[in-house]
Amino acid sequence: MMKHFRKICLLTMFAAPAAVWAQANPDIQTRLAAVESAAKSAQSAGDNAWMLVCSALVLMMTGPGLALFYGGLVRRKNVLSTMMQSFILMAVVTVVWAVVGYSLAFGGSGPFLGDFHFALLNHVGSDPNPDYAPTIPQQTFMIYQLMFAIITPALISGAFAERMKFSAMLLFMVLWGLIVYFPMAHMVWGKGGLLNAALGGKVPTFDFAGGTVVHITSGVSALVCALYMGKRTGFPSDAMKPHNLVISFIGACLLWVGWFGFNAGSALAASGLATSAFVATHFGAAAAALGWVVAEWRHDGKPSVLGAISGAVAGLVAITPASGFVKPFPALAIGFSAGIVCFFMVAHVKKKFKYDDSLDAFGVHGIGGTLGALLTGVFATNQVNDSFKDSAGKLLPLGLVDGHPSQVLNQAIGVAISWVLAIVGTLIVLKICDLLLGVRVRKEQEIQGLDVSLHGEEGYIFES
Amino acid sequence: MKKIEAIIQPFKLDDVKEALKSIGIDGMTITEVRGHGRQKGHKEVYRGQEYNVDLLPKVKLEMVVSSSRADDVIKALAGAARTGKIGDGKIFVFDVAEAIRIRNDDRGESAL
Repeated sequence: MMKHFRKICLLTMFAAPAAVWAQANPDIQTRLAAVESAAKSAQSAGDNAWMLVCSALVLMMTGPGLALFYGGLVRRKNVLSTMMQSFILMAVVTVVWAVVGYSLAFGGSGPFLGDFHFALLNHVGSDPNPDYAPTIPQQTFMIYQLMFAIITPALISGAFAERMKFSAMLLFMVLWGLIVYFPMAHMVWGKGGLLNAALGGKVPTFDFAGGTVVHITSGVSALVCALYMGKRTGFPSDAMKPHNLVISFIGACLLWVGWFGFNAGSALAASGLATSAFVATHFGAAAAALGWVVAEWRHDGKPSVLGAISGAVAGLVAITPASGFVKPFPALAIGFSAGIVCFFMVAHVKKKFKYDDSLDAFGVHGIGGTLGALLTGVFATNQVNDSFKDSAGKLLPLGLVDGHPSQVLNQAIGVAISWVLAIVGTLIVLKICDLLLGVRVRKEQEIQGLDVSLHGEEGYIFES
Repeated sequence: MKKIEAIIQPFKLDDVKEALKSIGIDGMTITEVRGHGRQKGHKEVYRGQEYNVDLLPKVKLEMVVSSSRADDVIKALAGAARTGKIGDGKIFVFDVAEAIRIRNDDRGESAL
């Protein structure tokens, strides 16, 4: 305390005359300005380097991460078609994003949807957009957010794997982006969005990296798809074992690594907050892998590799909304509970209700995302995230642990809106696709396998 | 001539090959097959979904020998493939009408 007091005295003694002197001396003023601008560009260089790496990491989650994870879980005859569903989105969503997607998500300041200000990427250049990320070029922010828009629809493909028409899937994904993803991204992260906690939302919801925007929307939409499209031919009496858990394992590990870009990158700067999100992400994944394995070991008798990797993914999902708001131990708690809850969802509740969510996109992403979004309201604290202040500059309490219980209610509203938008939006999109193209392949194509019947190739050819 | 067809545990293949070699048999054809007799399969669980796997991996050996040698071969084969547990496999013996060496048209036992 004494030390600080002395510092302040010294500063006031020197600062005031220095300012007067600097004003009288234009040479010093220009040199000060040069130092300031050098500091600014150094920060920008650091932040930009980090954010470009994060963008690449998030793309790696879709291809190869998710493509391998899902590809290994299907039967051998559908491995390529499943991987293609992830990969083609890297191309399709990119084009949609450039034309209108980015603008609908981050243009304007309406409560539900952006505008066309950034359409065709107009006004998106190397100058920062101070509303979102003041230290990096807006183009970096744009490409980073694109990677989220790619992986979110790719997650849904786990629900309709092994039976959806490729043409219908393409149309579905474009429309789904327009009706579900862009509005949701705008509501939560866009300026003036209804749920935006930082930029003037009416119902401030904390969603650091996409618990509602990414995981609830994709997971709930996945359930709608599974129910609408019906079961795979032969489900559940035929054996539909994962054909290659080794590639699923590699995919899951790539997802874990890529998720650091997803969550820590959502700090949008190479800051302490990024570190905190990185730590929470890792702890959440680790605890969830243990949670799932423990539950499975007790319940089904053996700790499986598929269980361990599924648990890690469930934990990564659940920690996503919380990652920039919670300390390490709450992160462990969120992860552990997600591992257990998601295990019971996919292994037991799904069996009871008899729907065929082939690769458990709902059980892992829908349920994990919902759990994580609600628990964010419990564990969010301003000791981790100091970006919310009142007009006097005092830190506002964030979650229940900060003494702000109504945040849990806000989170619940955010969750409910995501569920409703996902259900209604997906039903509309499916109906359109079904009328125009038909969503499901013919039975004989399904039996032959989608690799041969839709793409004219096979994943594994051992004779040649 | 007799054809001896044996279905054995895959991990016993090397022992069987060694035993047959030691009594001078060096021709055989093997196939990786799946099947089961009285041996029960096992259970696999993927995210709570249970599958009973009852067709287990086995190896099938086929060889044709002169009738006089058949008993020795069967004895060596059975001795090497036996663990004493269910699942060790079976040996089937058939009469063979003719054998032809494709290279030079040798016939009968001289083709073996």
